[in-house]
Amino acid sequence: MRTILFLIRKEFLQISRNKFISKAIFAVPLIQLLVLVPAVTFEVKHIDLCVMDFDMSAESRDLIGRFEGSPFFGVKYTTWSEDEAESLLYSGKCNAVINIPSGFGRDLARGNPAKLFAGIDAINAMKGQLAWAYLNGVISNFNESIISSGMQQAKASVIPRTEVRNRYWYNEMLNYKYYMLPGILVILVTAIGFMLAGLNLVREKEIGTIEQINVTPVRKSQFIIAKMVPFLIIGLADLALGLTLGKILFNIPFEGSLLLLFLGAAIFLVAVLGLALFISAFSSTQQQYMFVAFFFMIVFILMSGIFTPFESMPLWAQKFDLINPVAHLIKFNRMVMLKGSGIGDVSKELLLLSAIAILFTTFAVRRYRKTA
Amino acid sequence: MKRFLGFVKKEFLHIFRDYRTLIILFGIPAAQILIFGFVVSTDIKDAGLAILDLSKDETTRKISGKIYSSGFFRNTGTLNGYNDIGQVFRQGRTKAVLIFESGFGDKLIKEGRATVSIVADGSEPNVATLVSNYASAIISDFNREMNLSLLSSSPVVQPEVRMYFNPSLKSHFMFVPGVITLIMILICALMTSVTITREKEFGTMEVLLVSPLRPIQIILGKVTPYFLLSFINIITILVLSWLVFGLPVKGSLVLLLLETMLYIMMSLTLGILISTVSKTMQQAIFISAIGLLLPTILLSGFIFPIENMPKIYDYVSSIMPPRYFIVIIKNIMIKGTGFQFVWKETLVIALMTILFTVISVKKFSLRLQQ
Amino acid sequence: MKEAVITVKNLVKKFGSFVANDNLTFEVYKGEIFGFLGANGAGKTTAIRILSGLLKPTSGEVTVAGFDASHRPEMIKKHIGYMCQRFSLYEDLTVKENIMLYGGIYGLDTVTIRQKTNDLLERLRFSGYADRVIAGLPLGLRQKLAFAVAVIHEPEIVFLDEPTGGVDPVTRRQFWEMIYETAARGITVFVTTHYMDEAEYCDRVSVMSEGRIVALDTPENLKKQYNAESIEEVFIRIARPEKAMID
Repeated sequence: MRTILFLIRKEFLQISRNKFISKAIFAVPLIQLLVLVPAVTFEVKHIDLCVMDFDMSAESRDLIGRFEGSPFFGVKYTTWSEDEAESLLYSGKCNAVINIPSGFGRDLARGNPAKLFAGIDAINAMKGQLAWAYLNGVISNFNESIISSGMQQAKASVIPRTEVRNRYWYNEMLNYKYYMLPGILVILVTAIGFMLAGLNLVREKEIGTIEQINVTPVRKSQFIIAKMVPFLIIGLADLALGLTLGKILFNIPFEGSLLLLFLGAAIFLVAVLGLALFISAFSSTQQQYMFVAFFFMIVFILMSGIFTPFESMPLWAQKFDLINPVAHLIKFNRMVMLKGSGIGDVSKELLLLSAIAILFTTFAVRRYRKTA
Repeated sequence: MKRFLGFVKKEFLHIFRDYRTLIILFGIPAAQILIFGFVVSTDIKDAGLAILDLSKDETTRKISGKIYSSGFFRNTGTLNGYNDIGQVFRQGRTKAVLIFESGFGDKLIKEGRATVSIVADGSEPNVATLVSNYASAIISDFNREMNLSLLSSSPVVQPEVRMYFNPSLKSHFMFVPGVITLIMILICALMTSVTITREKEFGTMEVLLVSPLRPIQIILGKVTPYFLLSFINIITILVLSWLVFGLPVKGSLVLLLLETMLYIMMSLTLGILISTVSKTMQQAIFISAIGLLLPTILLSGFIFPIENMPKIYDYVSSIMPPRYFIVIIKNIMIKGTGFQFVWKETLVIALMTILFTVISVKKFSLRLQQ
Repeated sequence: MKEAVITVKNLVKKFGSFVANDNLTFEVYKGEIFGFLGANGAGKTTAIRILSGLLKPTSGEVTVAGFDASHRPEMIKKHIGYMCQRFSLYEDLTVKENIMLYGGIYGLDTVTIRQKTNDLLERLRFSGYADRVIAGLPLGLRQKLAFAVAVIHEPEIVFLDEPTGGVDPVTRRQFWEMIYETAARGITVFVTTHYMDEAEYCDRVSVMSEGRIVALDTPENLKKQYNAESIEEVFIRIARPEKAMID
């Protein structure tokens, strides 16, 4: 135990002597939060429309007016040339084209279905999908109002109608920052653990100081634990910093237990540090380590469900995520921070994280060789 | 020249001897393409939906049946009271709860108005928006069917929507250009900056500098292998995305490859620039990772649409080369447009290349004089 | 009968098909200064790494401080000190911090560590450097410090792998004084070197060539046996016979 304390003290001394790293530890979370949180948004607020109204009837004008009135759309161009509309779409000057064919008003007045053509730039599938959903929303509003006016003309005494009320819990205004911050905190902690701890051990190999350690009676587990603890503490300190900044800058709600959040983060860090040290046991240069670590980080982060819903992944990917600590912690953080989930609700995530932590740490200790 | 070729060969051997780096060099792009193609999807299928039915009549059963048979939703339970809502949300499997007010069916017939509330879990805004839009659409469909049975005619607008460039709404249409951009930054800028800094840190740069090779040859020698490697990588990515996802290059392949070469050159000069300002490998890694990788992922419009970010990000991203390259590659590859649509972006990247070269040369010769 | 602290019988170490140590057999006695000579690549470092538990022998029996090197290398590490060829103390720590770290690792208590630190600083005339980061110190000082750290826990044996490489003659001399002091305290010193004049300071010398021990005796006996003026001559005759013939 005393040995570990001596080793940990040494790590902290070295970190504090390294001007670049000691600054980076605090600068990185700051930059990440400032840059990432406001930037990462899928919100689609301004869909620029190009409208081709070949009908010019009261009905078509009513519909266009509804698009103009919608907070999601803006009619930016009006044209009667299909070529021009298409070129606007190709050059990216508008996101969607609406084509109201002639006869639109006549068909509706006669009580027949009327056609409407819409073209949406869907290179970004998410954006395309949302644009489509908003478009449908405007049209179905329009439809309902024609039907009810039709019903009144038909003098039906009652117009049975189901009213839909939408409400969003935990995030009334669907603020993306609330959604992204818990995830970004995870990325932050992952980056600290993966890059700092792993590079640290490989560096000792590269400059040769590890040989002097290897010839002492230090136990493998002692050495690995001493490499983990400082970065565990730094990671948790960064998390605290990130939470404070999130509260001050973005007024992120915090519903759950702070203690539970830090417990989850600590177990997660052990898992990530274990993996980092395991990889560094295989690498002989920092460059090598960096590439393998980047590979794992990219795979873990992309598959974690931070940007895209977890449920839309194929089943095999969801199964893979059982061993992806990043996926667990992102889910855990969002649940605890935004919904106030308790330890009972997140017990599955905690158990899986613990299992991963034990697994990776064992690997790291096993794989670390006290030989030249 | 012969000396120079010998040096390039040595650098190549250096890279090839380290099979781990090589595997990663080709593994990262392949893995990214596959992950993005197969895993990262924004479709919502089988979203968990629970129902709190305070009425339990025929109409509510009809609507519930219609919802669950739509294919979008998976039944995650029937709730007994308002208190259950918070509980199922906290457990995380349920994305939305549908609440039928009590006496729903009676009210609908007698008063002609009945209310159903959709409560979605807003902690995931995307999912929440899509889920409540789907549910609303199904209910308004129900309304229409109900009303139409009372009316002889059906005066409704039927939109015919065409998804341009990406009819099946596949996410890889956006990600393939993004991954290409990312990989080039990773290989060119990061690798070159790290290898050159490594020579500095271990003192081997001095040895090279006193050799008869001229500084420009040393730099070119270091950079040439990465130029070729990244070019091979791009071709691998293009072939993969074509074979696996059936995403062909719609426009001119020659133009695309030429633009790619220009972008590789830009990234390499950027890597050299980073190496002139960093003292240790760790520094080079951090500058490349924080200064290049993150902005490339975030501010290039590759995942997150720039137009929705606060204005300042728009300005910041306009000095980021990836932003321009993504536009170029999207235009040529997916929209199939020609040079007249991308000449402005090409010019910007060319100017950046020149700028980075000038600064690096200045910095480099300054260091030699000291 | 002298007490053997290192016993090596038929030690073989192979790396793939390359034989680094070919059937070595020797003993090192308690309290002696044992010199291990050989040209670069003769297999000295491999042997010293096996003896200190950093490498496992391919075959043969190796006992160091009473423990078997194949099976209980970690027990050996408790009873030895080691100073490797490449300087490997932490350059970004101060002199004091390095001493404390290794004192702690070897399980010395805080009082002893403090005592040892003061003692060392005084003996090495290091007091002015105590709180200086190692990176800025001259090579000679660093090597002395590395040696002092290697024996901080009063091991039974200390292994020194080319400790005086690249050091100026004055410092080399001071270094050898330290070696004598250490041996006088009863610590066995096992030292590799390629400075032949240093071999003269050893109690016994073994000469390695191409993975084999080709000679082992006291410097005097070796000189007599090969009819040479100095160990250097001995070395040239046995380790590079072809070169000796041209001379």
